[in-house]
Amino acid sequence: MVRYRTDTRTRTVEKAARIIFSLCAFTAVAAVFSITIYMIANGVPAVLQAGWKEILFSSVWQPAAQEPSFGILYVILTSVVGTFLAVLLGVPIGLFTAVFLAEAAPGWLAAVIRPAVELLAGIPSVIYGVLGMMILNPFMYRLEQRIFADSWTHQFTGGANLLSAVIVLAVMILPTVISISEAALRAVPPELKASSLALGASPVETIFQVTIPAARSGILAAVVLGVGRAVGEAMAISLVSGNAVNLPLPFCSVRFLTTAIVSEMGYAGGLHRQVLFTIGLVLFVFIMMINGILSSILKGEKRQ
Amino acid sequence: MSQSKISTDKLNLYYGAKHALKDITIKIRSNTVTALIGPSGCGKSTFLRSLNRMNELTDGVRMEGKVYLDGEDIYGPKMDVTRLRKRVGMVFQQPNPFPMSIYDNIAYGPKVHGVKNKEKLDEIVERSLKQAAIWEEVENQLSKTALGLSGGQKQRLCIARALAVEPEVLLMDEPTSALDPVSTLKVEELISRLKSQYTIVIVTHNMQQAARVSDDTAFFLMGEMVEFDTTARLFVHPADKRTQEYVTGKFG
Ligand SMILES: Nc1ncnc2c1ncn2[C@@H]1O[C@H](COP(=O)(O)OP(=O)(O)OP(=O)(O)O)[C@@H](O)[C@H]1O
Ligand SMILES: [Mg+2]
Repeated sequence: MVRYRTDTRTRTVEKAARIIFSLCAFTAVAAVFSITIYMIANGVPAVLQAGWKEILFSSVWQPAAQEPSFGILYVILTSVVGTFLAVLLGVPIGLFTAVFLAEAAPGWLAAVIRPAVELLAGIPSVIYGVLGMMILNPFMYRLEQRIFADSWTHQFTGGANLLSAVIVLAVMILPTVISISEAALRAVPPELKASSLALGASPVETIFQVTIPAARSGILAAVVLGVGRAVGEAMAISLVSGNAVNLPLPFCSVRFLTTAIVSEMGYAGGLHRQVLFTIGLVLFVFIMMINGILSSILKGEKRQ
Repeated sequence: MSQSKISTDKLNLYYGAKHALKDITIKIRSNTVTALIGPSGCGKSTFLRSLNRMNELTDGVRMEGKVYLDGEDIYGPKMDVTRLRKRVGMVFQQPNPFPMSIYDNIAYGPKVHGVKNKEKLDEIVERSLKQAAIWEEVENQLSKTALGLSGGQKQRLCIARALAVEPEVLLMDEPTSALDPVSTLKVEELISRLKSQYTIVIVTHNMQQAARVSDDTAFFLMGEMVEFDTTARLFVHPADKRTQEYVTGKFG
């Protein structure tokens, strides 16, 4: 006969463990909750004081002027456009790398690429920034000199421009896009691919018409996570983007939501400081939206 | 025996060191259903896949011997794999429609083979779905995703998908093992009906099914083809003792 241990000591341990688990789980929830409260509490006052139109829809950012103006429209646009372009550049490269790793690469080559991708994910963002400064910016500057040689109006940036930031961001989202899309591609049932091949389709036709569509929700999740990574990045792009508030045009110096906070929080005071919190709130809302989209994608996938 | 559609001559297949098919020589008659039976791991699927060169997709496979389709060596230098697979279609164990609409599932094969004309495609889709006895159930939802169908409907859709490229041979690997009894019956009826136009080779673990749908049966054991005969004879008067033990349920 089996004798169950129901002595008090076991039961006390069980109870204690349960309490510890719950407390730990609660920490995360409490953190998210308090961050939300904090962001709203600190981000909203500036909006009330200066007016939401003046902040969100004005393009003049002159916080230190006699009559200060706190328009962050260009900053928002820069984050949106910069992220969009980075995704436009990074996702195809990442997706094709993933396809190559999942479908085509011989074992030894995959064994070289995969650790390289993982390493890419582990490199601190400041390193990306420094490298971008040393390699990308000089290159962009030369390009800029060529393109705007005859221009009277162009403000030369020394190569610290939107394009540099976009390229750095595109590289930074690669690991996320590659690893998540590769996992999604690998999860496609082999019989599905076999069915396509058995109909006489070529391997390439099969990849584009069957495998990728079958993995689309995973790939979409990869894209959304890539967007999240790009929107939230600050350090690397603050080093390469020139950090001036401008309309996001390729060869203009620009300032992102993140870099706006980073570069001014140290000395800002009063309303200026509060507007920086509003910028933080805008960023926070973006991230929340991205998370919302992601979870609805994942939910949709489960339903299938 | 009448005209053979597919024949193999001393077919041997190895997965690395594993000898999975041993000297298989068989003549599969045109417009018949041939059942492949035998215990798990005896090489039925491997044999089936060697008839449309799907084994080539597996790493480390080595093959010896010949496979002929209408007398033509399918592993010969003149045979184009794409053409071969158009002529020899395949249905898998798990119903696995592509993640696209019902219409697109059926049109996929013809499109791959160059059919672009919309009317022609419409016609193919309707004909294939009718042939697979699923037209009535889906004719009003052709543009809906195929993933919403029931298991049995999905499998008939997969059969329709295979028929859409107008194959001559249909290979089916345990096509009903994931289906409920009613759906199984529908697929079996379908198979019996299709054999007037196609040559069908079906792998099954179900003795009754083999007896019901097939004209000829081959019994495989550990990579060898122990016995090949008309289904009537093989089930009633098997020549080999091992066949008798298997079909009477003594092992496997
Ligand atoms: N890709 C592979 N690599 C190595 N060995 C394999 C591979 N596929 C099959 N085998 C081996 O070859 C033998 C025959 O396999 P096969 O799948 O053809 O059997 P089967 O008769 O279809 O079995 P089941 O009834 O379980 O489907 C088995 O011993 C199996 O382990
Ligand atoms: Mg099998």
